[in-house]
Amino acid sequence: MKKKVFWRFLLISITVVLAAVFFLPNTPAFQYMPQWWKDTMPNKGIILGLDLQGGLHLVFEVEGDKAVEITTDRYATTLKDLLARKKVTAEIRREGVGILVTPASVEVRKVIEDNYPSLSPSETGGRLIYRISDKEARRMKDSAVDQALETIRNRIDQFGVSEPTIHRQGENEIVVQLPGVKDPKRAIDLIGKTAQLEFKLVDDESRISAELPQAVAPGEEEGILRQFADRIPEGDEILFEKKVNRETGVTRKMPVLLKKQAVMTGDLLSEAKVSIDTRFNEPYVSISFNTAGAKLFEDITGANVKKRMAIILDNSVYSAPVIQEKIAGGNAQITGNFSMEEARDLSIVLRAGALPAPMKMLQNVTVGPSLGRDSIDAGKMAAIIGTIAVALFMILYYRLSGVIADLALILNIILLLGAMASLNATLTLPGIAGIILAIGMAVDSNVLMFERMRDELRAGKTPRAAVDSGYDKAFWTIFDSHVTTLITAAVLFQFGTGPIKGFAVTLSLGVSINLFTALIGTKSVFDLINSRREIAQLSI
Amino acid sequence: MIELIRNPNINFLGKRYIAFTFSGILSIIGIIAIIQISTGKANLGIDFAGGTSIQLKFERPVDLHAIRLALEGGGIRDFDLQDLPAVNKVLIRMKKSEQQLGTASEAVTAILTQRFPDNKYLIDSTTEIGPKVGGRLRADAAQAVGVAIIGILIYVAFRFQFKFGVGATIATFHDVLAVLGLFFIMGKEINLILVTALLTIAGYSLTDTVVVFDRIRENLKMRQRESVEKIMNTSINEVLSRTIITSTTVLLTSLALFLFGGEVLHDFSLAMILGVLIGTYSSIFVASPIVLLWGGKRPFANK
Repeated sequence: MKKKVFWRFLLISITVVLAAVFFLPNTPAFQYMPQWWKDTMPNKGIILGLDLQGGLHLVFEVEGDKAVEITTDRYATTLKDLLARKKVTAEIRREGVGILVTPASVEVRKVIEDNYPSLSPSETGGRLIYRISDKEARRMKDSAVDQALETIRNRIDQFGVSEPTIHRQGENEIVVQLPGVKDPKRAIDLIGKTAQLEFKLVDDESRISAELPQAVAPGEEEGILRQFADRIPEGDEILFEKKVNRETGVTRKMPVLLKKQAVMTGDLLSEAKVSIDTRFNEPYVSISFNTAGAKLFEDITGANVKKRMAIILDNSVYSAPVIQEKIAGGNAQITGNFSMEEARDLSIVLRAGALPAPMKMLQNVTVGPSLGRDSIDAGKMAAIIGTIAVALFMILYYRLSGVIADLALILNIILLLGAMASLNATLTLPGIAGIILAIGMAVDSNVLMFERMRDELRAGKTPRAAVDSGYDKAFWTIFDSHVTTLITAAVLFQFGTGPIKGFAVTLSLGVSINLFTALIGTKSVFDLINSRREIAQLSI
Repeated sequence: MIELIRNPNINFLGKRYIAFTFSGILSIIGIIAIIQISTGKANLGIDFAGGTSIQLKFERPVDLHAIRLALEGGGIRDFDLQDLPAVNKVLIRMKKSEQQLGTASEAVTAILTQRFPDNKYLIDSTTEIGPKVGGRLRADAAQAVGVAIIGILIYVAFRFQFKFGVGATIATFHDVLAVLGLFFIMGKEINLILVTALLTIAGYSLTDTVVVFDRIRENLKMRQRESVEKIMNTSINEVLSRTIITSTTVLLTSLALFLFGGEVLHDFSLAMILGVLIGTYSSIFVASPIVLLWGGKRPFANK
């Protein structure tokens, strides 16, 4: 008997020491530990969730349909060129997500089907329309999400956030978690920007171009677009350039008539960095093209001297300078009244590359660091007061046995924190609630045992017999009641998002550990008391 | 030893029709709440309904009315305000904003920065949920409650008997409905954290019920001559002090959470307090009577 008790106490002591070692990184004492300890022993501890340390939780949807549309667009243009080169007369027009081809001659079909295997034809009422096949579209959407994920990861790496979490969720969503970000809006802009860089020629020859107003106030762009909607020449479009007056700081939007077809895009970029314009002491982004890009840029500028070329990012014109001469070497500048931060972020997104398709933000949960700190303080307070209240109540009601139950309770809390630290579990605000509730529920096992022991004592059994049979009888009840709580905790874990998952983790760990402390811990203390000599009375 | 009640002998099952009436009313309120929730008429949190909520902490006390006027003047529609004057915090919620995510919160902060230039504020938190996510979270929550209840039914049916499983499940579901209904009546927000509380309550209430059932099973095996109803009554009385003590300790911690746990967990702990009270009641007055009502042959009889 005595030997059995000894081994059980040894087991408890070992678990307590282990718990302390694992939990140490979460205490101020950790920084005073010697270096070898920090290197070799557990050094991560419990991780605070975004709701406690502050940070961003974002969910984006990659608009894969747009990726398919963009590709269709590109096919339509290259197809036009191809047919022209092969001297096949046919008219090509984008229609929704399809390419309308007239006439539907065998010759045209052969050219298309030989060169574009991913396009599949459909014919209704004599109209021949080619679409990207469903299978190919699905593959495109899927790879768009993967590419977007990679691009976002690049951008965040360059932006500099410690321990970001970026992963794919479901078919077309991306979850980004950034702990401890100080400027959430900037981070969101950086991640969400499509960063589609395009170079387009300004259509100054059209009559419309002269009729466009010089500049309009922000918000009036829609009106201008409506006003000119019917008169925009085929193959042209109107985009806006933001103009900020240096003296007054007033923002105006200037409409620019452009050739829709981009002469060049940002995928030929090799470098983008921030430079300072010494004249106005204003930052701008200088970009360099790779070899192929530099050659293309030289050809384009050479062919369009004295014309204006617009630099466009995500459908906003940044500048539209006149090409003075052929530009060799493959360097260009993006100016646009940037602040230093804006210029830096722009250079990051250009370096990391464009997203394959625009993204829509579905969810944004941002928690400031002060709220998180307040929550931790309040949680600690509630936990301490709750524990004291329960502990006092148990002593009041069960006397010495209550003290034993309280020891088990403290053991329970120590082991719970240790277990969470050993798993590097994430502690969230609902998780704190879980710990506090677990404290309330932890004494239940002891209550069940004590009530049984009282029954046995009333039935006239000796204290030792009462302890043993009370314990045995309570065992399966305790087991059943714990399993039922675990079922709901498992469901919560399965369905919950971040904070609620944290709750499920603390609750289920709390319940499992409680099984250990009640069945091993409390029983051992009673056995120890009983093992000395048969006691006459049990303080219960 | 201190005893709450010495040898209690209360005829709990005799009062089952009163209990059924009371529980019936609670459940009906809960069902009305569910209908209102599914038609979107209840006070859904933005995590379920979609929308934007911003919590701001001002440097100095602010007048809620002034903020309302400023926002209305700035063209913000359909918002409600709530303040925590003790800490100079203001909560602004905009439901079902049709706008693109991000724009609503930016508009609000722009207006406030401009209109209250001498009272700086910190953004405590921003939550923006698109309608798609809201719908999905709603479906997930309903599914979670469903799965939890089926899990409970299976486990109790497996450990006891099918009709005990039914009794435990109905009692548990009753508690979830009742707390949901009470929250609905009080006009409290129905949100993700409440669903978490509901599932915790389900787990807790079930623990209570299982303890009672355990004793009933034991007594049914030992006292073959007594009627089932009498055995149920005796069993409930035998575990009564345990039921009350455990409920008290959980109530104590829930109360500590309610009073000191901070604003975010306020409603969560309120739900827990209500849930513990109702869960304790249902494990005494609802679960066993339903097993009795189910009828059939005497459970756990020796063959």
